[in-house]
Amino acid sequence: MTAPGTRDEDFGARLSFDRGVRGRRAVDVPAWSGDETPLPDSWLLRDSVRLPEMSQGELVRYYTALSARNYGIDSGTYPLGSCTMKFNPKVNDLIAFLPGFADAHPLAAEEGAQGTLRTLWELRAGLAEITGLPAVSLAPAAGAQGEFAGVLMIKAALEDRGELEQRRRILVPDSAHGTNPATAAMAGFAVTHIPTADDGSLDRGTIERELDETVAGVMVTVPNTLGLWERGIEEVADLIHEAGAYLYADGANLNAIMGRVRYGDLGFDVAHLNLHKSFSTPHGGGGPGAGPVCCNEELAPYLPKPILEENDDGVVRLAVPERSIGRLQQFHGNAGVLLRAYAYMRALGLDGLRAVSGQAVLNANYLRVLLDGHYDLPYDRPVLHEVVFSGSRQRRQHGVRTYDIAKRLIDHGFHPPTVYFPLIVDEALMMEPTETEPPEAIEALADALIAIAAEAERDPDALHEAPVAAPIGRLDETTAARRPFLRWQDPGAVKR
Amino acid sequence: MPSSTAVGSPHPYIPATAADRDRMLARVGVDELDALFADLPAASRDPNIDLPPALTEPELIALLSARAAENAASVRPSFLGAGAYRRSVPSIVSHLTSRSEFVTAYTPYQPEISQGTLQSGFEFQSVVCELTGMDISNTGLYDVASATAEGCLLAARVTKRSAVALLEPIHPGTADVVGTYAGGAGLSVDRLSSADDLTDDHACLVVQQPDFLGTIVDLEPLGRLVHERGGLLVAVADPFALGLLRAPGDAGADIVTGEGRDLAGAPAFGGPSLGLFAAGLPYMRQMPGRIVGRTRELRNAEDSGAEPRTGYVLTLQAREQFIRRERATSNVSTAQALIALAFTVAVQALGPRGLRESAELCYQRAHDAARRVAALPGYDVPERGPWFQEFLVRGPVLAGELAVRLSERGITAGLDVSKRAEPEARDSLLFAVTEATPDGHVDALVEALASIGDEA
Repeated sequence: MTAPGTRDEDFGARLSFDRGVRGRRAVDVPAWSGDETPLPDSWLLRDSVRLPEMSQGELVRYYTALSARNYGIDSGTYPLGSCTMKFNPKVNDLIAFLPGFADAHPLAAEEGAQGTLRTLWELRAGLAEITGLPAVSLAPAAGAQGEFAGVLMIKAALEDRGELEQRRRILVPDSAHGTNPATAAMAGFAVTHIPTADDGSLDRGTIERELDETVAGVMVTVPNTLGLWERGIEEVADLIHEAGAYLYADGANLNAIMGRVRYGDLGFDVAHLNLHKSFSTPHGGGGPGAGPVCCNEELAPYLPKPILEENDDGVVRLAVPERSIGRLQQFHGNAGVLLRAYAYMRALGLDGLRAVSGQAVLNANYLRVLLDGHYDLPYDRPVLHEVVFSGSRQRRQHGVRTYDIAKRLIDHGFHPPTVYFPLIVDEALMMEPTETEPPEAIEALADALIAIAAEAERDPDALHEAPVAAPIGRLDETTAARRPFLRWQDPGAVKR
Repeated sequence: MPSSTAVGSPHPYIPATAADRDRMLARVGVDELDALFADLPAASRDPNIDLPPALTEPELIALLSARAAENAASVRPSFLGAGAYRRSVPSIVSHLTSRSEFVTAYTPYQPEISQGTLQSGFEFQSVVCELTGMDISNTGLYDVASATAEGCLLAARVTKRSAVALLEPIHPGTADVVGTYAGGAGLSVDRLSSADDLTDDHACLVVQQPDFLGTIVDLEPLGRLVHERGGLLVAVADPFALGLLRAPGDAGADIVTGEGRDLAGAPAFGGPSLGLFAAGLPYMRQMPGRIVGRTRELRNAEDSGAEPRTGYVLTLQAREQFIRRERATSNVSTAQALIALAFTVAVQALGPRGLRESAELCYQRAHDAARRVAALPGYDVPERGPWFQEFLVRGPVLAGELAVRLSERGITAGLDVSKRAEPEARDSLLFAVTEATPDGHVDALVEALASIGDEA
């Protein structure tokens, strides 16, 4: 991959700050021709901010060169497990940028924002249908904030039941995303880890042993991060409820089951969704996302502000649940992302969403059988949205780590899968092709991984050098963490 | 309804045709797709789900264009601010942030093919440090309010105290979010009308700059006060106003948060937003969120014949949820990277002079508008000190009534703050005028206020 700017031998060494030339500018600002108001007292003011001085064309070239040093789903296959990197339909962006939506002030009178509010109301109704959980708040900005809301709702409900003092523990499987235990801790709970049984499901014995009057809730990712259905989850839900605790669904992997089974019907009390995964909104290199939280009637009074209500006059309004845990952002949530998710839901409809989950699951299984025998498969059974292989054989026999395999995949033109997660799989390679990859792309990915497995046998040392075709080689992450260099520093200034 | 055939692909977003599916199912070794879902409990399978019918792309655009047009508030002259301001965003911002290599990338877990996101993140951190006068910045959080809440949690961790103080006037949304996060951590939140009420139990004092009613705050004495009591100063600063106002870091702030959305683009009904989070060096390993660090290639110059090149990686990850799990500094994962990129490009496009000129233009236009309003018979612009872009207006009729009458004249008034405790806010509306408020809108406002005054 040859990126613009690569003639620049060490492109990364020169930031915009270093490239600027005093006196250049990229935009001009209208002059003020009215009466001058004196500025406030000087001790309240500053000298100018140190910023690059570049012409408009130079700034555009710099960031264009940077974009060429990036890889997105539009660049090629991106099988990053648990991240659901599916194609992002462009019409969704077009819709979110329509001036009527984009220019709406968050504090505008609701009557003047019905275009946005009506659309979010219908999205809310759709998410309630898809999850089987009738009450929804669209406020959370991302999955982790949705989790935080859900656990705080459990906490508030327990407080109202007078049981918060005793129920101080949240049970989390050892295969969970790191956000689950981090969220439980942020909400003030202790975390108890539940091991995974040999078949890849939760260890039922441990759950039964741990469930008592000190447990507030159980957070489960369904389907789980091994790409497997949580067998017997509906019976576990009964046990949890009998013990007086709540069951939380991390909906990060909804893509596998959309239209086929619903969290509410399985006995979950509350769930969050990641619309930047299942609902195709672009990830933007790390957000913005949206993490709506959906729940049953019992927890509905605790939802974060705001929720939506349709009044008798047909106007959709922002409302506050009676026992709300409070607000999560200054305003109402990532409306621009929610509009894209609505467009996606409407473009697919129920049949389309069922086709999404069906093809996503078929694609993951197709990859599973294509790679079977070339890499170890610790949980060897049909999978749902993703499949987790292990590079332990390559490591043991050839000294090649999953890390090396991932880096060589870059040379083959692919984004690597998620690696070393879930933590319970040695040398994990977690792959989620999603429904938007054609079979040819999955075959090409499998061919590349098979070629790498062969290379590991033939010439393991070469793999330690990968990638060789990327804009930059392996980077020294250890020194980066030991001697943090976290901002531009003026080379002319005395070292701080 | 979209056209579909039994042999083609089911949808433009799903490439596999019926023939592809049959071939893949055969290779997987099952007769039908349903077999792959055999683990799902039969009793709950394939429920009735009520969704509206699917739309083709032209139908979708038609429906949502009509919806967008229903947002009447988007096209009227509006003087709402209170945390969301109309800004002049350079045209290159939306151009560059539409490049799909940025838009469609995930969090940069593979630095070799993510240098675009990572180096931009480092540019962002640098810009935020320069604006705020702080040592370190992360790559951004959800919005100003959640960033401020994270700042309170950080302060509580390092001081080992269990109360935080918010100095009024502060945005009520920010106070509400701090309350939500504090509820998780078991912290109490005190909203102080005077900094004199700060105690040795408070982990931090949170001060908004300019404050919720638009007034510029002298942060330095507040910093001294909170430091004497062993707490941290958390400044919630408008990054655009920092083109003109003293950097909070130079005035003693330990943590600076802010809202970057308006410089990055349109208000979009309040989101996606962008929480800025910068801090002093002592708090580096307590920071929430992603941080980009600069490093070099591992390759050895002697072996490869070339010097290692400079690159960027996510760093200090031992703080983060995916490694530290329940002992992480925050649960944050996906945040607002693309908005951070837009913010970076916008600030760098303005450059040192443009940012200053723009902030001064905003100041001049707002003060000119306030002067014109104050000159109208029956109107008063109560001042609480020097201010930046928002001013209070007290009219000849009650605040709520004034807003209604302006609305009848096609103008969206400033926020009603008439119920607040500050004496100047009583019976007042809070108007925002910025460098991007069209001249004609201010003229229309002055004319409408005059005619309302004539009626009264």
